[in-house]
Amino acid sequence: MGFLLASVTDGLLIGFVYGVAAMGLTLIWGVMDVINLSHGPIITLGMFGVYLLFTGPLGLNPYLALLFVALGGLLFGILVYFIAVHRVIGASHLSTLLATYAVNMIIIGIGTAIFTASPRNVEFNMGRLTFGNVTLLGTRVIAAVASVLVSAGLYLFLYKTRPGRYIRAVANNKDAAELMGVPSMQILALSFGLGTMLAAISGALIATFFPFTILAGGAYELKSFVISVLGGLGNPIGALYGGLILGVLEGIIPTFMETTWVPVVEFVLFVLILLVRPQGLLGVKK
Amino acid sequence: MKYKDINLGLVLPILIIVLLGAWPIISQKDINRETIFTIILFMGLASSLNIFLGYTGYVSFGHVVYFGLGGYVGFYFMSAQGQSIWIAMLTGGLASGLLAFLLGKAILRLRGGYFALATIGVNEAVRAFINNFDLFGGPIGMTLNFKVYKAYGGAAKSLWMAYYLLIATVLLVIVVSYLVRTSKFGLGLLAIREDEDAAEVMGVRAPDAKTWAYVLSAIFPGILGALFFFKNGAIEPVPAFRLSMSIEMIVMVMLGGQGTVLGPLLGAAGYQWMRGFLLTNSFFKNIQLAVAGGLLLVIVLFVPGGVIGWLRKQIPGLRRVLQ
Repeated sequence: MGFLLASVTDGLLIGFVYGVAAMGLTLIWGVMDVINLSHGPIITLGMFGVYLLFTGPLGLNPYLALLFVALGGLLFGILVYFIAVHRVIGASHLSTLLATYAVNMIIIGIGTAIFTASPRNVEFNMGRLTFGNVTLLGTRVIAAVASVLVSAGLYLFLYKTRPGRYIRAVANNKDAAELMGVPSMQILALSFGLGTMLAAISGALIATFFPFTILAGGAYELKSFVISVLGGLGNPIGALYGGLILGVLEGIIPTFMETTWVPVVEFVLFVLILLVRPQGLLGVKK
Repeated sequence: MKYKDINLGLVLPILIIVLLGAWPIISQKDINRETIFTIILFMGLASSLNIFLGYTGYVSFGHVVYFGLGGYVGFYFMSAQGQSIWIAMLTGGLASGLLAFLLGKAILRLRGGYFALATIGVNEAVRAFINNFDLFGGPIGMTLNFKVYKAYGGAAKSLWMAYYLLIATVLLVIVVSYLVRTSKFGLGLLAIREDEDAAEVMGVRAPDAKTWAYVLSAIFPGILGALFFFKNGAIEPVPAFRLSMSIEMIVMVMLGGQGTVLGPLLGAAGYQWMRGFLLTNSFFKNIQLAVAGGLLLVIVLFVPGGVIGWLRKQIPGLRRVLQ
């Protein structure tokens, strides 16, 4: 029982971080109907951002580095939007999928040439917290707290600020929003930037407790797909719940099945939910 | 349709395969055969995918699942049941077709991005399942006993036989692709691509048409998978269900021109040639993936119709020839 409790708590903590990654994917999907296949490499860039700032001459604290990674992610996303995505907005899904996949190939190609495929880790220790027989790693607790703060920030941004309102308006109906004077191009670029920023932040947080390679982002991209669907594609807040569900599943399943069965369950669930409840487990029917 | 059109639209693709395929046979060099094997294999895979993706406009992102599954089922019959390559190709193709039929009924209800995501999910689910499936060797996979090749006159002869079988299968794919494209069935598919709701109003039975196109486009990768892993001699979950291979197939279809018979062939040849060039060039070797990505981006953004689409636009006279 104590073991189960420990794995569920651990799963929940990681689930928050997964949630942030998926929020980025689902935000981009919701606003511009684009499945961002460069999501994984951008998560990796977040990991390497923290790694370089931490191990580099500055020796920056990873949580301070996170702020720079977030800003970098936002700017990088806006750049990617104008180079690769803007021209294919409104084109077929094939075009947007391939355009973002091309960005994926470019990042991975350059990344592999610079960093090779060897594993890295950020050796950073924040101690442990012990409650009864549950021991939690400090880095994971902080990552979860940071994820909650990021989610709250995104919520406030989307619902309480003018650009946030614009983003929701464009997501709802781009043409109508344009007629109301919303600068849709800037808003789309901003949304893409925010999506990649969230991906970079999640990568930066994951880097503090898991080792990674230049290809590590791919696995988290697939997880982000599953989570986005669990929470309802296009619903950033649902993604946080989705992340928690996936985190808990990953914590619980290994207690009664072999760990290797986890992806089987995840992806079967993913396809089933797409079929039965495409609006997500918690979403309302449109 | 005039007799002349039938000739060129079908003869040109067949001629490409036959001429390309004859080169290693004439030169009798194993290295040439290996190069051409890969190119023709991808021509077959891209053409099969095109039957579905190009004609209906649905993006099957996890199409490699049918290649991997066909490979696994065929391999199982050869290694564990001692069956011949013929049975392996048959069962591989059937298994893939069956999975596509069962899945098609369900996931083809989804449209656009949802469908693309579901196919990625299916590929990952099948790979994760096979990774745990002891009958198929789990994560280690299976290897062929050397004795299997003896039935075909030794390993060297088996490789040549696999090559001939490959050419025959890919020729079949092209004929099927052409027949679909020029039939009423294919016209229905193209109508679905343009506007599915309108097509249904006009009397196209979209769910059935989509399912059959999906099944057709899954059977051939299954057969090719069985053939490829027979030649390979070993099968493992990771190389059999590599998602990036799915995407390569899509890139080839896109590069040559989706929805045409000839396009995927040109796309596959062009892509493989470019890959070979980048991998062997000392300057590009390390960043070949990035260069390929850059090229892909340029094509998607500026030449979305691929080579064939571009040619048809530039030279109207070719429209009747390039099917």
